[in-house]
Amino acid sequence: MYTRIYFFRFPKDTCDRPIIYHLIKEHEVEVNILRADILPEREGVMILELKGAKNNVRAALAYLEGLGVGIERLATRVRRDEQRCFECGACTGICPVQALYVRREDMAVLFDPDKCTGCGQCVLICPVRAMEMSLGKEWLQLESVTMD
Amino acid sequence: MTTKKTYEEINARIKSGQAVIVTAEEMVTIVREQGVKEAAKKIDVVTTGTFAPMCSSGAFINFGQCVPTIKASKIWINKVPAYGGLAAVDTYLGATEPAEDDPLNKVYPGEFKYGGGHVIEDLLKGKKVFLEAKAYGTDCYAARKMKKEMTLDDLPHALLCNPRNGYQNYNCAVNLSDKVVYTYMGMLKPNCRNANYCSAGELSPLMNDPYYKTIGIGTRIFLGGGVGYVTWHGTQHNPNAPRTENGIPRRPAGTIMVQGDLKQMSPDWIKGLSILGYGNSLAVGLGIPIPVLDEEMAAATGRGDDEIYTQIVDYGNDYTNGINKTYGEVSYAELKSGTITIAGKAVTTASLSSTVKARKIAETLKKWMQEGSFFLHEPASLLPGPG
Ligand code: SF4
Ligand code: SF4
Repeated sequence: MYTRIYFFRFPKDTCDRPIIYHLIKEHEVEVNILRADILPEREGVMILELKGAKNNVRAALAYLEGLGVGIERLATRVRRDEQRCFECGACTGICPVQALYVRREDMAVLFDPDKCTGCGQCVLICPVRAMEMSLGKEWLQLESVTMD
Repeated sequence: MTTKKTYEEINARIKSGQAVIVTAEEMVTIVREQGVKEAAKKIDVVTTGTFAPMCSSGAFINFGQCVPTIKASKIWINKVPAYGGLAAVDTYLGATEPAEDDPLNKVYPGEFKYGGGHVIEDLLKGKKVFLEAKAYGTDCYAARKMKKEMTLDDLPHALLCNPRNGYQNYNCAVNLSDKVVYTYMGMLKPNCRNANYCSAGELSPLMNDPYYKTIGIGTRIFLGGGVGYVTWHGTQHNPNAPRTENGIPRRPAGTIMVQGDLKQMSPDWIKGLSILGYGNSLAVGLGIPIPVLDEEMAAATGRGDDEIYTQIVDYGNDYTNGINKTYGEVSYAELKSGTITIAGKAVTTASLSSTVKARKIAETLKKWMQEGSFFLHEPASLLPGPG
């Protein structure tokens, strides 16, 4: 199962289309709406979690791109609270992509947000809950869009 | 001529700023490069450290009286039950006690968001905690209940008192069953796909004094960022565990009971834990200075991760059923490399004990002694040894 979260900007003219329905029905992608601000006659913004077979998610993204939807992958949505993390290493054994890993020379436990797929497996494994799922700057962007 | 030093001599050197103090990691290199004789002559103290979950931890708290006075028999701090079977306003708060309304493992695996360990950490952070007590009422203690918000500063007395800390060696945990298990050794994937271990290895306090020749009742230590003491051998202390030729136990062996004033400690070195599917606990930062009294102690403190071994134990079936079986012996050098081989198969390892923080504790102790603000304290009695 492939899970990704994206930030989408929908052009004005797409607001009346049943896009989510299409994603689910045609592309067999599970859609989880994390945040949505869609107003008639305005640009719409959405944060969606897409879950499904990798090629289905890819096809769904291609479909959206074809509609002129702006797509930004939220790769930095998992953050490590450096203050809380005590570098035990418990998370390094479960992170499937080694985004959490040990630098062997000094046994430091490092987090590489660029590698992180946002699978969330480390969140509950971390005994001090140092790994936080957050939508970082994109949430802020969304706030500013809805404010004007 | 063989080297012999006394506590007094070393303390005098600490006082005059002449003591030579190194961490247990540094000592490994020194002994390997210069030999035991030289190391014993040159080095006065080796500092150790460990920072890991230590379940057998908690705090004695006196929360002060109210008017009318109370003999509290049921006590909660931030909804975490604390022991009410002591004198009027004394209690013991255990690190593994979950909040009373915690769903525990009803939704499996339970998250155990808040427990006794978190209360201790919140106190150290200077946060207000909410204390509730109930009582049956007596002529001398008429109150039936008490509610108050308190900070660590408000508490008349708060003592960290851990009946078992600093385990000398610990199992390397795997899961040989075909379903995932959530244990105090972390999440273990089915069919032996990961291995977790929990010891600072060459930095670990008791690994550097395998026969307890310097550690005992009264040993002054680093505890949670403050100064504490070893006050007894810990529960389950087992000096008779099998040892390698160099004297280091190959299984969990010695333990210590430690105490220290909570008011001196810091939330950087004491952390409440939520161990998925298992429960709450406390990560404790602990460090012991080992005086290099003679060549034997120089040799002991000079042992490296490649000379320290532990057993691979199955937590999928064996552990809970009391089956004492090992699936191989591995060194901490292998464990720290990230992969070990079990039955011909490469298995990823992860630690639950922080090497980075353990090193920092050893360095802090070293600094304290170099500054002349921390001195060795000779034990009144050593921990029980093998026999
Ligand atoms: S499990 Fe948590 S505390 Fe341990 S290294 Fe990973 S993020 Fe840090
Ligand atoms: S969210 Fe998944 S990929 Fe990212 S660090 Fe955690 S375990 Fe690794």
